[in-house]
Amino acid sequence: MNIWLVMLIAGLLTFATRLSFIFLLERIRVPDWFRRGLRFVPVAVLSAIILPELTSPNGDLFLSWRNPLLLAGMVAILVAWRTKNVILTIVAGMAALLVLRFVLGMV
Amino acid sequence: MKTRKQEFWSGVRDEAPILLGVVPFGLLFGALAISAHLSTLAAQAMSSIIFAGSAQFIAAQLIGTGTSGLVIIMVVFVVNLRHALYSASVAPHVKHLKAGWKLLLSYLLTDEAYAVTITHYNREGDSEDRHWYFLGAGLTLWSSWQVSTAVGIFIGTQIPAGWPLGFILPLTFIALVVPALKDRAGVAAALVAGLVGLLAFGLPFKTGLLLAALTGILTGLLVEGRPK
Repeated sequence: MNIWLVMLIAGLLTFATRLSFIFLLERIRVPDWFRRGLRFVPVAVLSAIILPELTSPNGDLFLSWRNPLLLAGMVAILVAWRTKNVILTIVAGMAALLVLRFVLGMV
Repeated sequence: MKTRKQEFWSGVRDEAPILLGVVPFGLLFGALAISAHLSTLAAQAMSSIIFAGSAQFIAAQLIGTGTSGLVIIMVVFVVNLRHALYSASVAPHVKHLKAGWKLLLSYLLTDEAYAVTITHYNREGDSEDRHWYFLGAGLTLWSSWQVSTAVGIFIGTQIPAGWPLGFILPLTFIALVVPALKDRAGVAAALVAGLVGLLAFGLPFKTGLLLAALTGILTGLLVEGRPK
């Protein structure tokens, strides 16, 4: 199959997926639990992205106190909880990671 | 109440920190697409036609190995299925908009634009013009993705190893999620989603992420219980 055709179909399918409920939700009847479930989407999806990033730095599970990403992530969680500030959270998490890596020599 | 212009620029500003994490991936994608023997035009076009980081990485690699077109299409579709969740999640907030807006915002609905936009929608009361925030965040990500792809294609990646810029993305998401955890059901949803995401990480084509998100949402519903 022509590579442009492949990209075009894949792009249209991606677009259709993104449009799906934006288009459908006001046109179809959905059960009540579906609407109540929507408020959990951001915390669930983002947590499901975050945790593997912290625990599997190279694709393999690294659940240990010697994992600097995990420790720096915990610092960031603490700062996010106390300050609710995005920039402070990023700076604290990055600073923690750089200290763990370059000062304490963790990899 | 904020004006449209203020909403737009708030979206741009709130999306900005994420770019530090996104740009290296754009550079990497551009360079990888060329090494997978895509033409410069095709490599650049993929960033606007598909416009989804992880799916593009996989698609470029599959094209490089001569995988059949049908398989590539299926894989991209599955990798991007999580966007249906984002679509459902923002749908109630954009339902008053005209069709043109809905099409445009759907096109811009990436992980990174979704994360900051839904946080904005949930944090502040209803205002008619918050789609301008969505547009600001979405366009900011879109432009930086196009430009970083182009730089990756023509110059390659010049980011020194050891600078963990990829860590910016999970850090930003932490900053958005943690303050949004306000009740037991939300915390349970986050914990279960994170745990399942960790256990199912090895599943192919991001299906682990989708499974984790759905399990988390279900957990939230169960903990919350039936409405009185």
